[in-house]
Parts: sequence; C-alpha cells; structure tokens
Amino acid sequence: MRHIISVLLENEPGALSRVVGLFSQRNFNIESLTVAPTDDETLSRLTVTTIGDDRVVEQITKQLNKLIDVVKVVDLTEGEHIERELMMIKLKANNGTVRAEIKRTSDIFRGQIIDATQNTFTVQLVGSSSKLDAFIEALSGASILEVVRSGVSGVARGEKVLSL
Amino acid sequence: MVVRALKDEGVEHIYGYPGGSVLHLYDALFQQEDVKHVLVRHEQAATHMADAYARATGKAGVALVTSGPGATNAVTGIATAYMDSIPMVVITGQVMSHLIGEDAFQETDMVGISRPVVKHNFSVQRPEEIPTIIKKAFHIAQTGRPGPVVVDIPKDMTTPTDRFEYEYPKNVKLRSYNPVSRGHSGQIKKAMDLFLGAKRPVILAGGGVVIGHASEELRELVNLVNVPTTNTLMALGALAGRDKHNLGMLGMHGSYEANMAMHHADVILNIGARFDDRVTNGTDKFCPTAKIIHVDIDPASISKTIRADIPIVGPAKNVLEEMLSILKASKKQLDAEAMKSWWEQIDEWRGRHGGRYRTDDSELMKPQQVIEMLDTITNGDAYVCSDVGQHQMYAAQYYKFNHPNRWINSGGLGTMGFGLPAAMGVKMNFPDADVACVTGEGSIQMNIQELSTCSQYDIPVKIICLNNQSLGMVRQWQDMNYESRHSQSYMKSLPDFVKLAESYGHVGMKVDKYSDLEGAMREAFAMKDRLVFMDIAVDPYEHVYPMQVPRGAMRDMWLSKTERT
Ligand SMILES: Cc1ncc(C[n+]2csc(CCOP(=O)(O)OP(=O)(O)O)c2C)c(N)n1
Ligand SMILES: [Mg+2]
Repeated sequence: MRHIISVLLENEPGALSRVVGLFSQRNFNIESLTVAPTDDETLSRLTVTTIGDDRVVEQITKQLNKLIDVVKVVDLTEGEHIERELMMIKLKANNGTVRAEIKRTSDIFRGQIIDATQNTFTVQLVGSSSKLDAFIEALSGASILEVVRSGVSGVARGEKVLSL
Repeated sequence: MVVRALKDEGVEHIYGYPGGSVLHLYDALFQQEDVKHVLVRHEQAATHMADAYARATGKAGVALVTSGPGATNAVTGIATAYMDSIPMVVITGQVMSHLIGEDAFQETDMVGISRPVVKHNFSVQRPEEIPTIIKKAFHIAQTGRPGPVVVDIPKDMTTPTDRFEYEYPKNVKLRSYNPVSRGHSGQIKKAMDLFLGAKRPVILAGGGVVIGHASEELRELVNLVNVPTTNTLMALGALAGRDKHNLGMLGMHGSYEANMAMHHADVILNIGARFDDRVTNGTDKFCPTAKIIHVDIDPASISKTIRADIPIVGPAKNVLEEMLSILKASKKQLDAEAMKSWWEQIDEWRGRHGGRYRTDDSELMKPQQVIEMLDTITNGDAYVCSDVGQHQMYAAQYYKFNHPNRWINSGGLGTMGFGLPAAMGVKMNFPDADVACVTGEGSIQMNIQELSTCSQYDIPVKIICLNNQSLGMVRQWQDMNYESRHSQSYMKSLPDFVKLAESYGHVGMKVDKYSDLEGAMREAFAMKDRLVFMDIAVDPYEHVYPMQVPRGAMRDMWLSKTERT
C-alpha cells in the first residue's frame, strides 16, 4: 500500500541526508520526497511517499523516529488527510487545433497555462498524484516536452496538527 | 577545549593515533596528565580498545584518530560497536574548514562515511560549540539504546591561539531525543498474566540485559519462577553459566536443549534480544506454538523480524524490576504440574546431547578441550575476549561465565581482529583480572601488530590461540555446503608465533599435546605481569555443533557430522 509519511526534522546540515540514507540503507523505497523549512525556521517539514506492507511501514516510522534529528513522525495515510502535488508540464503547441485541445483538457482538470510561446504551452496543475497522472494520460495525444512534479505534500484533515 | 571537555566528562583513557589534523589536540594532550592516551599501532585497534572498555564497564570508550586514512581505518571498529549497541565516542580530525569539499590532502567525508554505522554524528562548525557537542555525544552514546557517536573536528576548530569562554554543560537536552526510561505498566501486567498462564515457558535473555545492567534482576526472576532460561551470544554471563536453569546459548550454534525448548515453548519472555537471523533461523518456522513477550529499549527491534504478542518498550532493568514486584504480589503462580513435566522434558533433552564432542577421532587435541581447561583454570571468572570463527563459538559454548560483562565479542558484525585489542582495552582497566584473548591463527593476524602496543604499556593479556591451521569456520561451511572444496580457507606460511611473541618481548608457548595443556596454561596464568602467547595445535577437522539447518525451524539441527534431528 502507498503511504504518505510526514516528518518534522531539525533544520540542520546533514539532517536530510540521514533520512535519505536510512531509506537506502534499510532497503525502503521512496516514491517521492519533498522538504522545506516551516514557519519555525529551526524545523523542516519533510514528506515522503513510500510503498510497503504494514510491517515495512511500521519499521520505516520506527527507524525514522530513532534518528536524532527527527522530532516527529506521522503516517498521514492512517487517517483522513489531504495530499497535493504540483506539476508543470511543457507541451508542443504549434498549431491551432493542438492549442485548443490542450486548453480544453487543462480547463477540465482546472489547470492553468502559465507560459506560452509560438510553439509551446506550459500548464500548471495542482492536485493529488493520481489526478496529475490522469492529466498526463488525457494528454496522451499531445506531444509532451517536459514534466516537472514537486512530489507530494500532505496534511491531516481537521484539528490534527503535526507540530512541536 | 576538547581535552578539557574529555577530562570534565571523566574520561581517563583515550586510545588513538596522531596525524596532521589532530596535532593541536595531541599537543594539548601532552600538556596535561588527567587524560591518558594509549598509542595503538592501527586505528582499528583504538576503536576496539575503546569498545571493549565500554563492554566491560558500561561507560563510553573514547578513541581519537586523524582525518582521511585514520578515520577510515576506524570505520570497522565503529561498525563493530554499532552492531552490538556499544557506547563509544570517536573523535576524528578533519581538514581545515575552508578546505572541506576540495579533495584536500587527507580529506574524507567522515560524517558521510560513518552515517550508516553510528547512532549519531556531529561535525563541529564553530569552536565554541565543542563543549556542548562533546557533552551531547556522550549523552547520546550512553543513553537509550547505546551506540557509537562520531565527532568530526576540522583542524582550525582546535587552533590553540584562539581562546573562548569555556563551560562544560552539566546536562544537555535534545528536543528530538527522549529515550524511554520505563516500560508501560499495563503492558507489563498483561505480560505477566500471559507468562503465569504458561505451561512451557522459556526466558530468553539478550545483550540488552548485559548492557542494561539487569543481570541481577534477571537472576532474581529466574530463581523466583524457576523457568528454563536461554541466552543469545551477547548475553553470556547474564545468568551464571553453571546455574541449573541455564540452557546455554540458543540459535545457529546454540545448545540442543535451548533450541528444542524454544521450539516447543508456549510462552517466550524475551528480554533485550533482537531476534536476529542467527537466533531465529527460518522466521516462518520460528517457535510455532509460542506467544511472544518482547522487552526492548528500542521500539524498532520489536516486531522487526518476529511479531510480538505483547511488546514492551523500556530498559531491561526497570521492566524486570516491575515484573518482579508484580510476581511477588501475585496470588497466581505457574502451574506446578505443567512445570514439572516441562523440566522433565528439558532434562531429557539435556541428556541427549549436552555439548558432547568426540576426542577419539584425532591425534591432536580438540579445541573444546582447550576452552574447558581455560574455564577450569580461571574458574569461570576471567574476561574472555574473543575473535571470530570456530574458536569464538567453542568459547561461547564451553566457557561457563559466572558474571556478566566478561564475555567480550563482536557478535553483530563478526569482526576478525577484534579479540586482541579488546583484551587490551579490558586489561588496562582491570589490571588485576585474568584477561584471555581466545583467537585463531587467522583472526590474530588481523591485528597482531598490537603486540607492540602491549609491550609499550605492559599489558599482560593471555592469548589463547586455537591453531587449526585454517580459517576453520569457512572450512566448516565448505565441508557442509561445498563438498569440502576448501577454497582459500587454508593458510600456508604461518609465522612461528612463539618467536613472534618473543620478538616483541613477550612470552611464547607452543602446546601440541593435551597432556601438556594444563601445566602450560597454569604457568601462563601464573605469570601475572607477562603477556603470554599460547599457540595451541588443535584438530583442524573439528566442526562446531550443534548447527542449525539453514532456514529450518529452531529444532532442526546437525548434532555431529553424522547425526541430524
Ligand atoms: C574481517 C573479517 N573477514 C572475514 C571474515 C569471515 N570469516 C569468519 S570466520 C573466518 C575464519 C576465522 O579463522 P580463524 O581466526 O583461524 O578461526 P577458526 O574459525 O579457525 O577458529 C572468516 C574468514 C570475518 N568474520 N571478518
Ligand atoms: Mg583457524
């Protein structure tokens, strides 16, 4: 099963490499990884999506918790949560029909065209990873030049917060 | 500042080797007398000495090495300590901070290299953080599940002309590091309820009992409930070797009775053992009828390989204390009838194998006989520091430790070359104790240069070299799995160990006949202030038994070259 694990991490040199190193050292898989400082500049928030059975995910959270730089760990997929990922996709758009088609499809997905040249469109789309996948699928007729995805960020629904 | 911090931490000995990036530190060491430095002949030995000191005392050992090759030479020792959860602080020099990243002379990314084999590591960014970082390093190394901590210090952080306000912190607090100090009472109650309902209980003691100073509590528990008890390789001596409850070691080379008892148990109370692959054999066939209570200070060790029915996260000592008070207050007791027949069963198993070995199939003496002699002569009271191989398993099986913390071996990493420096680290700190290094002619040659350190500091350890003229453990596997194709497991051109020892100024002895063994060994141990190297010729064809059948159940064992369960 796919899990989204959120980690509060000391914002210190080397902290990120400990987390990444742990995953390779213990043969855990990383689907995507995002990290950035939080409102408290001494802390970073890291989100990692991974695939594994319950035993593996239990080990992942326990081993993460053992790292001295890790302050808190939560598996968001254990409860109600929201996940978002941002994608920018650059497409060949060199004639009227293609341009209209891309415009139409991105409207359906609530994407925005954020850059346009004579021959290209760049569309920005925010949503769950599966929505981004579906968008790419829907554009299979068009010619894709470049795909940039941010990796997943997530937050629990409701009152639950991950903080100190 | 570093040396002062070590002194304030109460460090008496550090083990190390100098080099460019730590010269400021060595100069500071020269100008004081509180922290004594021991100069080894290879940095690996420095880490093993510090590690063995920690294993024997429970306090973190300290090693100091230079950057680059000094640091990389220390990595094996750090990994050895890591695998066995041994508290250690290793200070590594680093090139000047402005050179980092430029492939400067003797630069290696030690923080990166050591990361997978340390509990934590630090890189000093500003000189004034040194006291706090050293304090944190000791705190992290010694609390919770202990482990090695590396402190990497660029040379310019120790420039003696730079002066700073120095204050050694009394305490440190890390918001992200709060090791548990006690087990969950509800879980402990539940566990005791399950335990008292058992008809075929087994207690399993692991390294956590030894490292956690909980042997006394374990002994009290075992006597109170009269339950058969086994231990891992790391917990020899937690319960006395001669205690009637003791089934001996379990696992790959465990005793027949220990492995049989585990397989047939209905409740296993595991205290501080991490159920590693050398203990469990095939996990899918592991102890099919047993409910498992698992006490461990590290939550990640619980249900990692074997699912626990009742997990208890906490230090062995505290959890055992709480268990004892529950048991003492409890009206419920173990079913006496069931226990009687369980013990009868156990005694029958004991009678079946009981560590027997043949002595009639070889002219040469058997390695087991040597260990039994060592046990007799030192009365089960010696510190036995072992290398890795068959001799290690014989020592584990046949030396009956009366006390914990005296069996010093590299169980997790299995580091050949560990034994001699380990024995040195112990002997320097327990000068009046008998300290033996049990080794093989293969392992001893991995750190034999330390005989020189022993001369310099007068470290009179006794080296018991079981010389089977082969990498015996490798050879055994080749006999059993590769139709005796002995690929590279035989050593030609062994040195004359007697002359070698003598050339360093020590005493060498060669023993070829069993009839000479007792006299020679008594003589060796009577020479209190001399290092004696006993080169003992043993049967090269001997195998370690029992040996579990790979990926089988606990009870699936070879008992000799011809018998299988
Ligand atoms: C550094 C290192 N290299 C290789 C091994 C693999 N190994 C395990 S036991 C062994 C043979 C040890 O030979 P010896 O010290 O003579 O002991 P014996 O088994 O003969 O008693 C080897 C090569 C190891 N454990 N450590
Ligand atoms: Mg050998």
